[in-house]
Amino acid sequence: MNQSPTEPLKRTPLHAAHLRAGARMVPFGGWDMPVQYAGVKAEHDAVRNAAGVFDVSHMGEFRVQGSGALAFLQHVTTNDVSKLKPGRAQYNWLPGVSGGLVDDIYIYMVAPDEYLTVVNASNIAKDWAHLSAHAGEFDVTLTDESDRWGLLAVQGPQTESLLQPHTDTDLSSRKKNAFFPARLFGFDVMLARTGYTGEDGFEVFTDASEAETIWDKLLAVGFTPAGLGARDTLRLEAGFPLYGHEFSDTIHPLSSTYSWVVKDKTHIGHEHIRTAPTQTLIGLKLDRVPVREGYPVKVGGEVVGHVTSGTSSPTFGHPIAMALVNAEHATLDIFDVEVRGKDHPATRVQLPFYKR
Amino acid sequence: MTTTPTELKYAASHEWLAADGTVGITDFAQDQLGDVVYVELPEVGRVVEAGETIAVVESVKTASDIYAPASGTITAVNDALSGTPELVNSAPYEGGWLFKLDVTGEGDLMDAAAYEAANN
Repeated sequence: MNQSPTEPLKRTPLHAAHLRAGARMVPFGGWDMPVQYAGVKAEHDAVRNAAGVFDVSHMGEFRVQGSGALAFLQHVTTNDVSKLKPGRAQYNWLPGVSGGLVDDIYIYMVAPDEYLTVVNASNIAKDWAHLSAHAGEFDVTLTDESDRWGLLAVQGPQTESLLQPHTDTDLSSRKKNAFFPARLFGFDVMLARTGYTGEDGFEVFTDASEAETIWDKLLAVGFTPAGLGARDTLRLEAGFPLYGHEFSDTIHPLSSTYSWVVKDKTHIGHEHIRTAPTQTLIGLKLDRVPVREGYPVKVGGEVVGHVTSGTSSPTFGHPIAMALVNAEHATLDIFDVEVRGKDHPATRVQLPFYKR
Repeated sequence: MTTTPTELKYAASHEWLAADGTVGITDFAQDQLGDVVYVELPEVGRVVEAGETIAVVESVKTASDIYAPASGTITAVNDALSGTPELVNSAPYEGGWLFKLDVTGEGDLMDAAAYEAANN
């Protein structure tokens, strides 16, 4: 984190609601965020089996408007933004000028010439500087709306049935990546059928001043509050890479299994992305000992990579990890992971670990 | 509310020490750690100094070092934790104990009131 110790942590509009719900708060990307309420496993299980709600208001929102909006977004991203239609959302990457990713983002098309992008909380300032620096040659206006929005992620198999009685929209007709205005609990919100847990669900864009009321109503109708801890175990089981772990300014983005995010077009850094990555992201399972970010991954005693994210999987009951290993070793089935000076065998498994 | 039995002594690093040399982590510590999924225990017979890293308790989220609250020799470890590490959460002062020491010298330990005051 680039947080200086003297800089106060930022608070989302739901800060008081988290304290009321008994959250343990931790610094995260410059924000004071709930890591857990009842416990990571209980919250994880609630999302897998029923429905949970996460505060993701710390994430950033930039509006991109103007006749050059599409051309600008095509220039600064790897995915084909021209495929988007109003009311649809797309996962995308912001490539760096000289390799790596500035961030991974979601783009929501509001209307022709108008898009809303959601960026990672810890990258808001960096992304804003990067996008602003490249906007000059396009007829485009960028607006940082990060403080205007509350953002709640409601996730899990019961999400649609729990929300449906409280909205005017037929949710069953809105498929994955739909993005649409709706009334929810009497408030005007934007709903997106997107999320980061591997479960069905929605992200609820609210006016920041109304986020706390909507949060309380979600808890009242049966959503379990879930913190950063469960968010991380869920996304890891689902094999979703996380910026700062599986992506960075220096990791070749095609090391992950997400090569579909790079389409045939010219964009910032395209010559770098089209080189072959020297590392490959793999999934590992272990019998008992959890492995953590940075632990060495070995073959025959030789270090061939390192763990990028690891945890004990609440769903499977054994440790899982993602690791970046030298591409020439990525098809092996058995590795060792060094834990506190001792090697433990790990088996390569297909990503994702969990698929709904 | 977490509990802090008055008959035990406590290290600032959240281990408790009983009069018979049994060592565990406090109710406060297990609550902070969250769901314990793995415990790495020392070998019986190892001679340790107070303050030495001697075990590791892993929760879903993180690995936490456990320090010896006293100098001495390890005389037993809690084998039940290999199959049921969650005992550290459910019974931190009973079934979730970590190891036993033949104590030769205590570290800088607190009584229950001082430990509670330090963690409020």
